[in-house]
Amino acid sequence: MKDLLTDKQIQHLYWRCGFGISSPKLKVLRNLSKDKIIDQLFEESQHASMLSMDFSFLQKDKKSLTREEKKELRKLRNQKMFELNHLWIQQLIHGKETLREKMTLFFHDHFSVRLKSPRACLHLNNVIRKHALGNFGEMLMEVSKSPAMLLFLNNRQNKKNSPNENFAREVMELFTLGRDNRYTETDIKEAARAFTGWNFNKEGVFSFRTKQHDFGVKTFLGNTGNFTGEDIIKILLKEKQTARYLTQKIYRYFVNDTINPKHIATLTETFYNSNYNLETLLRKIISSDKFYSTKNIGSKIKSPVELIVGISKSFDIHYEDPKVLLYLQRVLNQMLFFPPNVAGWPGGKSWIDNSTLMLRLKLSSVVLNNGVIEWHESKNEPETVIAMRQEHYRKVTSKIQKKVKAQPNWDIFLNTLETNDKNYIASLVLQPKPSKGAELMIANSSNNTIKNFVIELLSLPEYQLC
Amino acid sequence: MKRRNFLKQSVFASGMTLIPSFLKGMEFLSPDQLSGYKNVIIIQLSGGNDGLNTIIPISNDIYHRLRPEIAKKQSETLKITDHLAFNNRLKEIKKLYDLGEVSILNNVGYPNPNRSHFRSTDIWQTASNTQEYLHTGWIGRYLDSNCQHPYQALEVDNSLSLALKGNSLNGIAVSNPNQLYQTTREPFFNSLVDHTQKEMLDEDNQGYLYKTMLETYSSASYIHKTSKIYTTTTEYPRNAFAKNLKTIADFIVSGLKTRVYYSALGGFDSHVNQLKSQDRLLSIYSQSIGALVTDLKKNNRFKNTLILTFSEFGRRVKQNASQGTDHGAANTILAIGGGLKKVGVYNELPNLNDLDNNGDIKYTIDFRSIYATILHNWLEVNDQTILNNNFKKLKFV
Repeated sequence: MKDLLTDKQIQHLYWRCGFGISSPKLKVLRNLSKDKIIDQLFEESQHASMLSMDFSFLQKDKKSLTREEKKELRKLRNQKMFELNHLWIQQLIHGKETLREKMTLFFHDHFSVRLKSPRACLHLNNVIRKHALGNFGEMLMEVSKSPAMLLFLNNRQNKKNSPNENFAREVMELFTLGRDNRYTETDIKEAARAFTGWNFNKEGVFSFRTKQHDFGVKTFLGNTGNFTGEDIIKILLKEKQTARYLTQKIYRYFVNDTINPKHIATLTETFYNSNYNLETLLRKIISSDKFYSTKNIGSKIKSPVELIVGISKSFDIHYEDPKVLLYLQRVLNQMLFFPPNVAGWPGGKSWIDNSTLMLRLKLSSVVLNNGVIEWHESKNEPETVIAMRQEHYRKVTSKIQKKVKAQPNWDIFLNTLETNDKNYIASLVLQPKPSKGAELMIANSSNNTIKNFVIELLSLPEYQLC
Repeated sequence: MKRRNFLKQSVFASGMTLIPSFLKGMEFLSPDQLSGYKNVIIIQLSGGNDGLNTIIPISNDIYHRLRPEIAKKQSETLKITDHLAFNNRLKEIKKLYDLGEVSILNNVGYPNPNRSHFRSTDIWQTASNTQEYLHTGWIGRYLDSNCQHPYQALEVDNSLSLALKGNSLNGIAVSNPNQLYQTTREPFFNSLVDHTQKEMLDEDNQGYLYKTMLETYSSASYIHKTSKIYTTTTEYPRNAFAKNLKTIADFIVSGLKTRVYYSALGGFDSHVNQLKSQDRLLSIYSQSIGALVTDLKKNNRFKNTLILTFSEFGRRVKQNASQGTDHGAANTILAIGGGLKKVGVYNELPNLNDLDNNGDIKYTIDFRSIYATILHNWLEVNDQTILNNNFKKLKFV
């Protein structure tokens, strides 16, 4: 059969398009051709599982509330934001539509919004999910008109006689053309005029307030007319730079932090000519041989969400206390629905500083083994040393158990391994080629159980990469 | 034991074996070097501190008119001039002021101010323009261009702020040097560090992880060992902020080769019932800084220390309907130190007759001028390569 992928390449595909792969799934896929595997990936994501929450508490008219009630409402909203975070992270861990969710995560960062309005945030998240493998232009239009975006980038305050340029600027700088590409300050001003009058009603439905709209003639990117906001977005989509900017960003996310200009040029053409079809672009990326080249495999630093979801998925970890998942996201600097600003998470190397790295290295042992990494160098130790160590492990275990309350299902991992060969397990767990130091560690591991050996692998810096 | 001998012993006799040989060779400052070694401590009052109720334009009618419920009365202040007064919770700061150790810089801000906490904090920490998104901080870029070791900029906190992130070097976040050290004592990681070889430290992401791990190890071990040299006997107030300042004092007096320290006091977002919350926080601030200065003076290190206090923005002049204030723009900055060149009230007071469209104070000093001054005049490095621009230098140091 032609075009078979190696195990490592299939793992690569599943890390980039999802959050890793289980051993049984790998066993099935390795007999399929590349095209078939890719088809299956898209088929699995046909459906979109929308998030839903109960917002009946918001129905009351705000004006009739007392001060105390308003305070209560604010508290409830904050709490719902955390619930929303939990809802999505659970879907990321347990959901079946991995590629769709991965793209939703990409656009959650691209259309970065930080609000204390759970209803608007949930709505935006579902809009993104709906279009995640569809048409970018349609996504952009619907996102721009969503209450979340209208609120976050102040388009609601953008009125004929007092324009607010916030959205007009960011739609070009961050969502379409990229900073300092093609547009001028005048284009921003003119676009802001076109976006005047955009608002939404009490039900969260987009509304166009004609009284606040500037119907005058605008000149935008060399075009002149009585443009509306919709027209501006259409003009932006006509610009090939928009296709290029998106392609570069998607390439960085799925392939490599460093872009290959030649590769980008072809992909941009594909994306533009498909009228911004995201599935077409993604298919082209993950079908190309370059995607599977060694220099791309294991080259990216996992985002905190990729790390947490990846490990939780592999071991089907059950978190008794939802606050733990929230805490992990917070200390690792990526909380879903709480991006740092409109530019999203900077990503890449900036995930790593001395404290986040040490936490990340400890994470696996904490959620899988109550914080214990059983490791010792010398083989013939006196019994007292062994006893002291056991005592230490016991203390650590009881402390972490109380705090973290994570229950991994080791059986689903251990029972599905095809062999107990160390190199096989290492290759299944780690994406990059282990460093010389890590290789030595793997060879020297004196651990008598597979479980302890796996914990060691997961505690290597190599596990931070995918 | 003499200090120098103790230093030698702790370096050479104790377990430096954790660190691969190519990373060894870290020096301590000897006492004579120590005497000329300048530090800067940067304190962020997070949440947007209301500068107008901190350093108060007490004789200004507009101030009293726009803040009928929250303006400070003369009796609640400590006089600076006929027109200006400290909030009376700033007793220790006032004492320092009287000694000629404080410089008050008014109307500090930047063009087109952003009123989001996150965004404005980023702008202050990266020293960017309003419309510019940078991924490195100004202290991070100082590390990049002027330092060899991450610990030359330390944040005494649990995580590292953007301010201390550079391209090739990041500062170190440490809230408790002992704890940081303990996290690096996991035997598994020790073995890994031992087995790390130079050729593993490539420019790629994997190399970067190993490099960061090694730096964490060497810094944790360096900070742990060095900071044990001095433990202060000065009494500090019992709160988390004071504890962080005490840690900084221990570091400075111990002779850590750190030039920039960073820490924060949060909770200044006073939209509701501001008087109570802000006064409480200003007490914490003043008492803690007071203890820090006493400590540094005792050890003859105050003359080489500069303490800069800022907030991501000031607050609206007009109070809101809940006895609070909303997000504003330009604000007052305090520079405290034993080596100031110009003390007292540095420049003109805020002009409450000429507010911006939002009713906020307009800036007259760009905050990056203050950074440029600290970098150029105090730390004596090239400020332009760090700030990517030539900002006017001021004369407070």
